[in-house]
Parts: sequence; C-alpha cells; structure tokens
Amino acid sequence: MTKAIEELNDMQLDVLKEIGNIGAGNAVTALSKLINKKVNMTVPKVQIVDFKSLPDILGGADNQVVGILLRIKGDIQGYIMFILEKKYSCILLNLLMDKNLTDTSELSEIDISALKEIGNILAGSYLSSLSSLTGLKVLSSIPDMTIDMAGAILSFPAIEFGKVGDSVLFIETEFMENNYAVVGDFFLIPDVESYDTLLRALGVEN
Amino acid sequence: MDNIIKVGMADLNIVKHSGIITTLGLGSCVGIVLYDKVCKMGGLAHIMLPCSTQVKNNSNKAKFADTGILELVRLMESEGAKKSNMVAKLAGGAQMFNFAHALELMNIGQRNVIASKEVLKSLNIPVIAEDTGGNYGRTIELHTDDGMLYIKTVGYGVKKI
Repeated sequence: MTKAIEELNDMQLDVLKEIGNIGAGNAVTALSKLINKKVNMTVPKVQIVDFKSLPDILGGADNQVVGILLRIKGDIQGYIMFILEKKYSCILLNLLMDKNLTDTSELSEIDISALKEIGNILAGSYLSSLSSLTGLKVLSSIPDMTIDMAGAILSFPAIEFGKVGDSVLFIETEFMENNYAVVGDFFLIPDVESYDTLLRALGVEN
Repeated sequence: MDNIIKVGMADLNIVKHSGIITTLGLGSCVGIVLYDKVCKMGGLAHIMLPCSTQVKNNSNKAKFADTGILELVRLMESEGAKKSNMVAKLAGGAQMFNFAHALELMNIGQRNVIASKEVLKSLNIPVIAEDTGGNYGRTIELHTDDGMLYIKTVGYGVKKI
C-alpha cells in the first residue's frame, strides 16, 4: 500500500530525516572540496508542508529562484531537486569562480554550467548516502536547470507528491563559508511506486 | 480600493465585482479562470493534476481539473452567477524542465490543459482565450471590471488576454 508523506509514522519520518542529515553532510563536504574552503553547516531542517504554504517558504510564489533537477534511476525512480535563492547562487558562484556576480541575469554559459555542476555534486552526494544506507542502487541523470518563479518551479515536486498526498517533504540546509551563508532546499521526489521500495529498504515498512 | 483575492496551489476561490482574483507562479499547473459576463463575477481554480479518479487521495477537489472546475462552477452559481453566462480562460501548463521523458507520452502540463478543456466543453463553457505551454512560469490576475486576464512572466513580459 502506497503511503502519502503525511501518513508516515514518526519512525519512518525519522529515518528520512536522518538520510537528509547524512546526505546534506556529504553534500557540504563535497562543496568544501569544490571551492577548496572550509564549509560549515547547520543541522538540516526536514519539513513537511502542504502545497498551499509551500511557496511561502521560498519567499512567495513569484519570488525568482534557481531550480536544479536530476532524474533518479536504478532501484528507485524519481527526481531530486535542489532549489537556491538567486542571491545564494551568486554567492556560490562567486566563491567557486572567484567572481563578483550580484544578479543571475549576469550569468554566462560557464556560470550556468558551473551552477548545474554544483547541483549535480550536491544531489549526487545526497543520493550516495541514500544508496549506502539502503543498499539500493541509485543513479542520477545529468542536471537540468531553470530560473523562474518559485511557485512554477515547485509545481514540479508538488505535482509528483500530489499523486499520493497533499504535502511535500523537503530538507533545508544552511551552509556557511566565513561570512557567507547559503540556504538551499533539497526535494527528494520518489515516484509513487518507489516509496515502498525505499521504506522497505530502510527496514521501516510496517 | 479593489478587493484582491489570492488563490494558492491546489486551491480555488471566487470574487465579485469589482475585485481582482490572482494566483502566483503557475508552472505545470493550470489556472482556470471563469467569468460571468452579466453579473461580473470571477472565479479561479489552480489545479495540479488532470483527473481525480486516477489518484487514491482525491479529497482536495481543487487539486484536479475535473473536480476543481465543477466545484468552481458550483460555488459561482451558489453566489448568483449563471453557467450560461460564463466564459473561460486558461493559463499555465508549462513544462518547467526539458527532460526528454521517454516514458511519458505527454508532459503533465499539456495533460492538465487538455483535461481542463474537456471538462469545460462538457459543461458548455467556451474557452475564449488561453496562454499555455512553454517552459516558464506565469502569474495571472483576473479583473472583474472587464474580464481581462493579465499574465506576468519572468523574461517574457506581460500579456493581456
């Protein structure tokens, strides 16, 4: 029986949260290697929110954000999405490429592909912790990226989650490098059929 | 002061003359706007999925094209609008990411648009304008004064349909 996110019990949620923690930790380590600087992170917040209040978390449905999406293949199918506010994507690029960007309208082709690569690395390290915890084979596609209204970008995970329930699970991570803080949100979006596989592999299916 | 009603994702509402009804950041979702030309009442449904019968958890009527449009018409009629005076406009149904979905014959945005049109056709409500598809988000605003729908985008300007 496929469960909606809001039907999961505390134990199952804790396991998903723990994957979030470990995954975000790995992602930060990867980021630190990438920019060759020490990066700290706060404890990620795992949240379940209903569709109606979802865009508010990202500063309103018409606030512009950067969305990076990868398809997940292997033992579970689905997507992983990484969302960054525009200002944070500029900070990341400035750290990585030694630039002085202030707005995403200034992004060059190289900046865009660097940003995709950041998304790729962060999502990849998240997935590898998922994979090692569950023993499931999880592969990801090349990333796709878009910059648009938060509501429009979030319609993607919302619709996928909408097939089973009325809320979305996501993980908010805050990284810090010296004076810079960057907040990013991960959405793990398993296909309807993959929920059970995931929970069974985690040993929490009841 | 005009009365402005905001509609969220998987949500619907109505507004009486001379108010404005709006929904922000439509992506693959579709915004269905109904307008009663005579009593100048407007309604808006922000639907996410084409069909309620394909999904187990379908208690939220506003989430689906089929149940959402029926509920919107019912709500407008209960407030004095007439179905025979209604016209519809559609916006949204974009494909936000360009993955080639080998498995999905049609993307969800397109399916939402088609399903919405079928429901409106079965209710004999004409679709007089639409701005759908593409790969970008839309914020829409219906003005009950004249029934015009304003569509704002990032990088594609403002449209009036």
